[in-house]
Amino acid sequence: MAGIPHDHYEPKADWEKGLAKRLPIVGLLYDTLMIPTPKNLNWMWIWGIVLTFVLVLQIATGVVLVMHYTPHVDLAFSSVEHIMRNVNSGAMIRYIHMNGASLFFVAVYAHIFRGLYYGSYKAPREITWIIGMLIYLLMMGTAFMGYVLPWGQMSFWGATVITGLFGAIPFIGEALQTWLLGGPAVDNATLNRFFSLHYLLPFVILGLVVVHIWAFHTTGNNNPTGVEVRRTSKEDAEKDTLPFWPYFVIKDLFALAVILAVFFAVVGFMPNYLGHPDNYIEANALATPAHIVPEWYFLPFYAILRAFTDEVWIVQIASFVTGGIIDAKFFGVIAMFGAIAVMALAPWLDTSSVRSGRYRPMFKWWFALLVVDFFVLMWVGAMPAEEPYNTISLIASTYWFAYFLVLLPLLGVIEKPLAQPATIEEDFASKKASSGGGDTAATPAE
Amino acid sequence: MIKKLALVAATTLGLSAGAVYAAGAYDTHIEDFDFSFEGPFGTYDQNQLQRGLQVYTEVCSACHGLKFVPIRSLSEEGGPDMPEDQVRAYAENYEVFDAELDDFRTATPADHFPESGLANAPDLSLMAKARAGFHGPYGLGINQFFKGIGGPEYIASLLTGYTGKEKEEAGVTLYENTAFPGGYIAMAPPLYDEQVEFADGHANDIHHMAEDVSAFLMWTAEPKMMARKQAGFVGVVFLTILSVLLYLTNKRIWAPVKGKKSS
Repeated sequence: MAGIPHDHYEPKADWEKGLAKRLPIVGLLYDTLMIPTPKNLNWMWIWGIVLTFVLVLQIATGVVLVMHYTPHVDLAFSSVEHIMRNVNSGAMIRYIHMNGASLFFVAVYAHIFRGLYYGSYKAPREITWIIGMLIYLLMMGTAFMGYVLPWGQMSFWGATVITGLFGAIPFIGEALQTWLLGGPAVDNATLNRFFSLHYLLPFVILGLVVVHIWAFHTTGNNNPTGVEVRRTSKEDAEKDTLPFWPYFVIKDLFALAVILAVFFAVVGFMPNYLGHPDNYIEANALATPAHIVPEWYFLPFYAILRAFTDEVWIVQIASFVTGGIIDAKFFGVIAMFGAIAVMALAPWLDTSSVRSGRYRPMFKWWFALLVVDFFVLMWVGAMPAEEPYNTISLIASTYWFAYFLVLLPLLGVIEKPLAQPATIEEDFASKKASSGGGDTAATPAE
Repeated sequence: MIKKLALVAATTLGLSAGAVYAAGAYDTHIEDFDFSFEGPFGTYDQNQLQRGLQVYTEVCSACHGLKFVPIRSLSEEGGPDMPEDQVRAYAENYEVFDAELDDFRTATPADHFPESGLANAPDLSLMAKARAGFHGPYGLGINQFFKGIGGPEYIASLLTGYTGKEKEEAGVTLYENTAFPGGYIAMAPPLYDEQVEFADGHANDIHHMAEDVSAFLMWTAEPKMMARKQAGFVGVVFLTILSVLLYLTNKRIWAPVKGKKSS
């Protein structure tokens, strides 16, 4: 696919020409910053900047925390208290890092659901989508291992439960779990490797973020109409787009400042609301907490993990067919990873020729239900494994899979899409006429 | 947009607070004490922290420790703020084990408070953050927005929650307590009226002593709270001003594009 036609950097002075010949870095920066961007982007297109900022924030605060943290089972908990009490601004830096993880996931879920609604995953942006899913998986791994580092009760027991999932894999599970933990149980070896990986993975994420941006800079941004920018000529393209600088940089920075104001209110006034009180109790291998609950951002998938018990007929069938190799525990693990896998496969499961949910009258409602479903899963994930929560989580998990595996392929066939605007320019002009330039691009799904 | 954001934030917070609920879903009674440090602008009451320290020293420290708290922090700003010579004198109450001497010696302000003396008496350094008092409604934890997480309320409710009923289980006496998960606790009622004589003549019934020591334990758990709230406030104000400026900049930049059809 050809890129959107636009002006490129022209070196003028001799030294500029000389530099461009040896290292075309100015041209690269210019093209990145001045990239033509659909001018009708709405406020759901700000999360990418928020995510990039939070990644840098987490790395910066994390690097400072590492200077004072000790990854040893006897010292980790007290070294965190040392940070909280004795290190200059240590309490603030640690609370920013702790709540930064939550901001990261708020932003990534908004970003993912925006992509799902406006069809950003569809051709030609499949690679952007797949890279994004990889980033999301790495984020979950990084966040999980980071939560283990303070070595509180929930750190320890969360690590025990989650690494236990790998133990559910038939035949190789037990060996795999031992290999992951570095021993028969969560202990010093586990803490050390989690520390090492928690430091490493953010830089892998950083690399993938560059690829993610590179990919959608090649295809061009999606936009709320899902209609592509005209590439017929530079003049046509300029009617549909505006350069990233200054139009979208300033817009994104404004949104980022608003979000950070809310973030600082949380950090300053209620830094422990999103955490779990049990994690202020030092890890104790002999005392299991009454309920082991992951952080909020894992709850939807935790609910799916727990939804498939022995009593569910599909589990019983799977167990019977495989001669017991797939038991309820392993089935739950498959379901949990499967829930993310079906999301990653969305580009190939969605059969609709229309990209944006705005012009898909049936899809719109099923998508809204998916968002509700996500929050329901989050709620039951935090509840004890008993009725009525078991039934609710089973229904909600079923809908999650049905949306991707049944509805997305089916809707493309049976749905009659609405008329789409011919160009982005047309959409932008109609918005301008109806609202005087305000943000009316809201959709019922957000 | 802001409305949407607020909705997302509220839902996320509410749902995650449900996690807090799951840790202690018992039918217990937690009284909503009115502490001076609640809310975004709440501060510690220095006199109350000093009274709380006195209750801790004369009552709790017989069994419980505060091993993460350096004694010197008693003179820190935003805490009990005691004069340094007073802190030095206070430190002499304690004996600590010195690995270099291979023997016990009198504590100095540089040392931490001792550990718990009893094996089953938990360390109290972080107790006010390690318990949640409020979980409702329906386990969503949304009332934490208004009441706080409820750690100090839990401690105060526990200290005042004894009913006087006892039972024996496997040779151990358990005491009925309306705040304790499960209803029976191994700790005997630690406080009785007029147990501690306060220098400032403050009321010393069980209720007031419980309130003071809970406030003190909130400070031991969160000694930098006042600095944190101030930093948060400055951050919010600064970012709000920045938001307004960026909003106006954004509006101005986009005005020609969104204005009359020029292109």
